[in-house]
Amino acid sequence: MKQYLLSIYQPDGPTPSPEALAEIVEKLDALNAELREAGSWVFAGGLHPPSSATVVRAKDHDFLLTDGPYTEGKEHLGGFTILSAPDLDAALVWARRLADAVAPLPVEVRPFQ
Amino acid sequence: MSAEIERVFSQEYGRAVSVLIRVFGDIDIAEEAVQDAFAEAVRRWPSAGVPPSPAGWIITTARNRAIDRLRRESSRVDRHAQAALLHADAEPAEEGAVRDERLRLIFTCCHPALAPGVQVALTLRLLGGLTTTEIASAFLVAEPTMAQRLVRAKNKIRDAGIPYRVPQDHDLPERLKPVLAVVYLIFNEGYTDGSREDLCGEAIRLGRVLAELMPDEPEVWGLLALMLLIESRRAGRTTAGGELVLLADQDRSLWEVALIAEGQEIVRRCLRRNQPGPYQIQAAINAVHSDAPSASATDWWQIKQLYDQLLAVAPTPVVALNRAVAVAEVDGPEPALSLVEELNLNDYYLFHAIRADFLKRLGRSDDAAEAYRRAMELSRNPAEHTLLEGALSHLSAGAGQGGESRRTSARRTR
Repeated sequence: MKQYLLSIYQPDGPTPSPEALAEIVEKLDALNAELREAGSWVFAGGLHPPSSATVVRAKDHDFLLTDGPYTEGKEHLGGFTILSAPDLDAALVWARRLADAVAPLPVEVRPFQ
Repeated sequence: MSAEIERVFSQEYGRAVSVLIRVFGDIDIAEEAVQDAFAEAVRRWPSAGVPPSPAGWIITTARNRAIDRLRRESSRVDRHAQAALLHADAEPAEEGAVRDERLRLIFTCCHPALAPGVQVALTLRLLGGLTTTEIASAFLVAEPTMAQRLVRAKNKIRDAGIPYRVPQDHDLPERLKPVLAVVYLIFNEGYTDGSREDLCGEAIRLGRVLAELMPDEPEVWGLLALMLLIESRRAGRTTAGGELVLLADQDRSLWEVALIAEGQEIVRRCLRRNQPGPYQIQAAINAVHSDAPSASATDWWQIKQLYDQLLAVAPTPVVALNRAVAVAEVDGPEPALSLVEELNLNDYYLFHAIRADFLKRLGRSDDAAEAYRRAMELSRNPAEHTLLEGALSHLSAGAGQGGESRRTSARRTR
């Protein structure tokens, strides 16, 4: 079994309306339940906005902390799912479901080493 | 003898590589093993003679060679080699599997998770046995660039776990599309570049393999028939000097009768099956052209009907443009012109060439000349450029004679 990271990218800016959000959450809960039932679920979670991030960097014998995300862009990682699947095709079947739940946001599928 | 080995290579390379990929679960090991085996054949066959089953000999030799090599390497604690050896123990290396291994490999090479250009390159490399140098020159990229692309694609197949599997029936229609697109792209590459005829041959060979492996898929047959019918006109399509000849002006006695017969027979079978798709309809259009003993005897009405069908299943501007050519023959250039004026194909040379032809036939010489010049700017190769130049000079020579003098210019050379 391989493991895959499914990342959800979302544009910076305002979040969807509470109603729209509730619908997305409902779909995601259903998908996660199905993943668990299939024995494919490893981990899933949503993230707070990038403004809540802190970057840590080791420098000489000290640690440098910076406020905010490591990369600034027009999009940011909004959440992710880690699942196990026999091959890419199987992972893509789940990825389609995830993309459908968070439409129109893109979902990136990457294999773990 | 070397001709015999070449024949075995071009016919069996893809099969051998696909069997070995299954055996070792690794593309690089498989490729290297098959190349080793052919090198061995070059040394041994001239004295020992060609074995009764050349493909079986290549596959067995490749498997044994690879196992020897992996044993040597795995003693150096190479986990990759050990994994491949373990894999090999579990998998038999038979030549004639129930379902041909090449089919799995085609679907892997044309997996939608790979970019279209990469799909083409991988297919030519792994199934066609073309070298990186040959593929690079066919697609006008530097060899290191192509080599890098192939390495990246092979790594992605391994790392992302793109499976070696024929898709399940419910996925097959969707997954078949990129496979057919890749084969047709290879064909068109050979068609557009006159010096790459071998790519047309390669595409037809792949088309035959697909038809043999998936005889129940009508679009596979449609694509094969389409390529055969276009290929049948090769000799008539260019002059001895390499200049393009339009379909209407071609010497039809140069067309290859055997290819036409084969293509038309497939088209008839598709019609009986009655599950039309874009490739089958395009093949049928070409079959109508092949039927006509002369350009003037072409059944344009039937071609127009077929384009109506094609436009319904593949509503693209390029199809609409080609349909307009049939409309011009059936209903005249005026309605045809108004059809093309609506299309957003400003960057496509044929759009301007076809418009120019309609304008000329309507007696609007200045507008026609302008359109020919625009087409020349956009043409893809010297042969097309020369053809358009000829049409333009013909236009100025015949100016004032009225629009219906000679209808050369626009029509496709196919």
